[in-house]
Parts: sequence; C-alpha cells; structure tokens
Amino acid sequence: MSQLPSQSVSTRVMMCAPTFYGLEYEINPWMRLENRPDTALAMRQWDNLFHVLNMEAGADISLIPQVEGCPDMVFTANAGLTKGDCALLASFRHPQRALEEPYFAEWFTQQGYTVHTPPEGCKFEGEGDALFAGPNLLAGYLKRSDICSHRWMADILSTTVLSLELADDRWYHLDTCLLPLDQHRVAFYPGAFDEYAQTVIRHHYETIEVELEEALRFACNAVVAGNTVVLPTGCPHFETELRNCGFTPLAVDMSEFLKSGGAAKCLTLLLN
Amino acid sequence: MPSEVVRLEGHIIDSLTLSKVMDIILREGGEYHIQRFVMGATRSDPSHADIEVSAPDAATLDKILHMTQQHGVQRSTGEVNLIEAPKDGVLPDGFYSTTNLQTRIRIDSEWRAVDPIEMDCAIVVKAEGVVECLPMHRVVKGDRVVVGDQGVHVTPVDRRDPDDAFGFMGSEVSTERPKALVVAAIVQAMVDARAHGKRILFVGGPAILHTGAGRFLEAIINAGWIDVLFAGNALATHDIERALFGTSLGVEIATGNSMAHGHENHLRAINRIRGCGSIRAAVEDGTLTSGIMHACITTNTDYVLAGSIRDDGPLPDVITDVIRAQDAMRSQVKGVAVALMVATTLHSVATGNLLPASVRTLCVDSDADSVIKLMDRGTHQAFGIVTDCEFFLKELAARLPGVDL
Repeated sequence: MSQLPSQSVSTRVMMCAPTFYGLEYEINPWMRLENRPDTALAMRQWDNLFHVLNMEAGADISLIPQVEGCPDMVFTANAGLTKGDCALLASFRHPQRALEEPYFAEWFTQQGYTVHTPPEGCKFEGEGDALFAGPNLLAGYLKRSDICSHRWMADILSTTVLSLELADDRWYHLDTCLLPLDQHRVAFYPGAFDEYAQTVIRHHYETIEVELEEALRFACNAVVAGNTVVLPTGCPHFETELRNCGFTPLAVDMSEFLKSGGAAKCLTLLLN
Repeated sequence: MPSEVVRLEGHIIDSLTLSKVMDIILREGGEYHIQRFVMGATRSDPSHADIEVSAPDAATLDKILHMTQQHGVQRSTGEVNLIEAPKDGVLPDGFYSTTNLQTRIRIDSEWRAVDPIEMDCAIVVKAEGVVECLPMHRVVKGDRVVVGDQGVHVTPVDRRDPDDAFGFMGSEVSTERPKALVVAAIVQAMVDARAHGKRILFVGGPAILHTGAGRFLEAIINAGWIDVLFAGNALATHDIERALFGTSLGVEIATGNSMAHGHENHLRAINRIRGCGSIRAAVEDGTLTSGIMHACITTNTDYVLAGSIRDDGPLPDVITDVIRAQDAMRSQVKGVAVALMVATTLHSVATGNLLPASVRTLCVDSDADSVIKLMDRGTHQAFGIVTDCEFFLKELAARLPGVDL
C-alpha cells in the first residue's frame, strides 16, 4: 500500500443551493435541451451532497444564494480560485455564464478577499481549470480557460503553474478529468489530455488512471476532504483504487447535475 | 523567408509548453531560433523565451503563429511610431538612429525589412509603405520618420558557422594570425560571393602604389574579381603617375631610387588627365595605357573617387562634394557581400559606415590602429590583419583563380 494521505485541517468550501437550477442553453457536449434535469430531484441530490460533505467529510460550508437567470451558478467551482486572502475571479468563456461574475465578485469581497480580475480578453473559469496539487497549481486550458490566465495566476500567487492542454470536449474543465488526492498523488483520465500534459502529470505525480467508462461518469469530479473522497456514483473501479490507497470513497448520486456536465466538484468551490 | 519574433512566458519548461511550441513549428514546416532564453531564478519563477519563427511563406507563418498562440505564444503588437520630418534634411526629435545590423520594423501588423541597412541613419516610411534607410541629408519635409525604438527589431550578427571560411578568425585585430590562412579564407569568400551573384568591393589607399603592389591590384581587377573600387585622389593619382612616369611620389618603382624632380610627377600626371577631361578619356585617347585605373576603365569596373581637403589637383573624376561622394558610394554598396579595405583609414571608415554588418569585411593595414579605428566606429563585423599591403595583394593575386601576373 502506498503512503497514507495526511489528515488535513477542516476543508472549507463554498456552495450554492440549486434554487433556480435548470438547463436553459447548451454550452458543453453533455447539455441537451431535450434532456433537462428534474429540479426537485436535483435539489435532493444537492442536499445529500451538502449533508455528506458537512456531516461525513467534515467540511465547513459557506453558501451563496443563487440568482434567477443564472442557472449554472450552482457550479461554484467556476467562481474563481482562492488562496489565502486572494480571490482570482472568473472570466467566463460563454456570455450565459458571464452573468454570474458580479455576484461571485461581491461574495468574495464580502468575505474579505482581495479580488483580482483576469487580464483583458483572458478567459479563466476558476477551480474548474485550476487545482492545487502539492507544490504546483495544475491548470487546464484550451477548452474554457486561456493559457494567459496561467501566467496571471503564477504572478499573483507566486506559485509554479503547470499548463495542461485539454484535448477532448467532453472533459472541458480540468476538474472533470483530474483530481488531486494529496501532495504527491493525482487521479486522472489520460485520454482527456494531450500527450505533453500526460507526460507532465506522470512526471510530477504518482497517478491513478481512471478508465474511460468511469471518466464519463465524472469519477474525477470529486471532493477530497482529508481521507474522504466524495465522488459521483457509478465508479466502482475508482472506488476500489481509492480504498487501496487508504481513502474512504463516499458516492453520491449526481444524475441531474451530470445532465449539465457537472458533479460533486463542480458544485463545490474549495476555499484554499 | 518571412519570420516573426514571438515571446513565450511562464513555467514553459515544467509544463513542456516550450517543447510543444517548438514541435508545432517544425511539424507545420517552419523553423525556430531561440534568440533569448531566461530561466526563472527559482522553480516558481517563470521563464521566458524570445523565439524567431520562420516559414517558407507568409501563409505558413500565419498558420504556425495562430496555432502556437493558443499555447501562450505572444505576438508583438507594438508598431513603430512615425513623425513627419519638420524640414528638408532635418529629422524629428527622438528619431530612431540605425545600426548596421539586420533591422525590421513593424507596420500595418507586419514586420518589414529595412534593406539595405546602414548605420547612423533614419528609417523613413514613404508613400505606399515603402521602407527606406536614409541619411539625414536625404530626408525631405513631410517624410514619415520612425521615432523611438518601439516596433523596431534588430537581429544580432549570427555566431559564425564553424564551417565558414571566416569562422576561425573572429572579429579582432591581430598581428599573430597565420596570414596565408587569412588570404585563403578571403579567396574563398570572394569565390562564394561570385557564386551567389554578389558584389566585391575594394577600398584602397596610395600605399598600394608606394609599396609597388599596384600591379597586383591591377591584375586582380583585370581578372574581373572587383566590382567596385573606392579610393581617393591619391590612389588614382599615384597609379597614373606610375603609368606615365614609372614613379610613385617621385620614387622609381623599378629601382626604388628618387628621380630628379620626381616629386612633381604626380602633379604632372594630374594635369595630363585634366587636359584629357577624364580618366576614361585618357584611356580612350591612348594617354593612359596601364595601371589600376586603366584596368577599371577597360574592364568596366565601377569606381568612386572621393576627394579630401588635402588633395592636389584633383583628378577630374574626383567628387569633391563629400555628401555627393558619400551618396555615390552608398549607391554602389548595394549587393556587396565582401569588402576588402587595404591601406587606408579614411576611406575604410567612410565605407564601413555604409555597409550592413552582414558584409564580410577584411581590413589590411601595416598599422593596427587603422583596423581598431574602423571597429571603434561601429564596423564590428570587420576583422583585420596587420601586414604590409604588398605582401597581402601579392598573395591574393597568386591565389585568386584566373589572375594573370
């Protein structure tokens, strides 16, 4: 068995209850207007995720109220990226989601963060494309975020940013195909990345490779809190791998959010 | 070959972004040259690379730049600033002063070469976007002149290719070089220039005549190795003196003895040519039948004789308006690939000022100061050998193919 993951201090996250959640446009391959979510079921799934994160994974959860007309605001992972008292605000690729930016900016400000906005014309979709893993910030680009945002993050956070090219539209955000587990280990689906990115990931980390079927179930779109990994249901092989590495997987049904191309991680902004 | 200098910044080594960008350039049929790479001081510090991307045609270059842009390659957007010249012969304040290095300016979103380039000039964008490198006196009121250095890109001289005939010499003055090797290298450079349809320039001083080396230069010109000769009144005068009287500055070339009243010979030579009207007229009427200038006329080798304040006469072909002489020389350096500067400081420095740094420039003088002065005035591409010009020209004539001595 590999080294056991270290217990961290309480994980702090920000979430948004799906009061006005729905599928009103198609901006990724998962979204189909004829396959709209059951909003009542979505609310129950979100409540369950909240409960598991809070009660079982021990996460400390802050909330932002959803704004009507911003159906994807529930996917708070895209609000930005935080570290210390810095909040790097998102600048969304699609105008439908750009409407969310001022509400997230206001929330960060209210919480006492210094809010940084990306350079003009540079798209950045928050933790959707930027995940801390040990000494590095792993950053995806090409589908939603632009690579210029990587230099911007590196300058503000004084950290090494490893740029990873996303190569398949189905895994349009880094957090849909890569999951940092601890300082040295990440889980990822190789097929979502170009060959250079696969080499970079394998060079810098011990890896768990997620298989295609479970990658399509968004196995990597999970929240790690200490030893607990809250992931979508339907990923039994990945759960076994996690147990073998000393983690405790907790599966939650995310069916209504997968219809919009999101799961547990997309619904959660880690406050680093 | 069209090219553009772009910048890549960030953690480009750890992320393999630099490798990826270089692979894309090659895969798409382009080439890259990393002009500058600055590695981050610590692991978290970003690195940056200035990369010259070139491609066989503009469409391929555009495609490569478009493809690499999404991986973080930044194209320069800074265009040159242009201000109109306030008067004829007067440049606007802050004008960009050129070097003799390959230079391009960015205008209308593309890089345009300033060709030919000349040091200590201004860059002017004429109507229809024609880019010219102009000396101050040639600028006319209303010309749009590049101001400041934004949008100006200068390419340093390439490190010499070790296979290059000049490769072993470097740019310095030495009395210690094996001179036979230098002569072999210059012969090779002249042969290469000819093979590429380029011109060869010879700049000479009167010591060539005083040392008795005139006949070697004459033979080299007769064999067709020189395209253009730059000199002053003195070289032509003493050459004609030798042709007419057998002396140089009154000394018999054949015996080395001073001829009685020989010091007048050069004046009589000048006077004779003035009587004929020009050097060409003197050749055509049979007055002048040998020598360097005779060889120039009979082989149709261009020459520019530039006057100076101490000239006797001067010969009718000498251009006494220095600015007009400079312009005549300027029009003759186009296409020159090899410049030989032998036994003259004044004309070597004047010529060096006009030459792009890409011209292979050899300076031969018995005094190291002459070569040093040339380089100190910006002709950094020059290399020099300190030797007697008679030795050099004799060796050169012996080694150049087809020279009949």
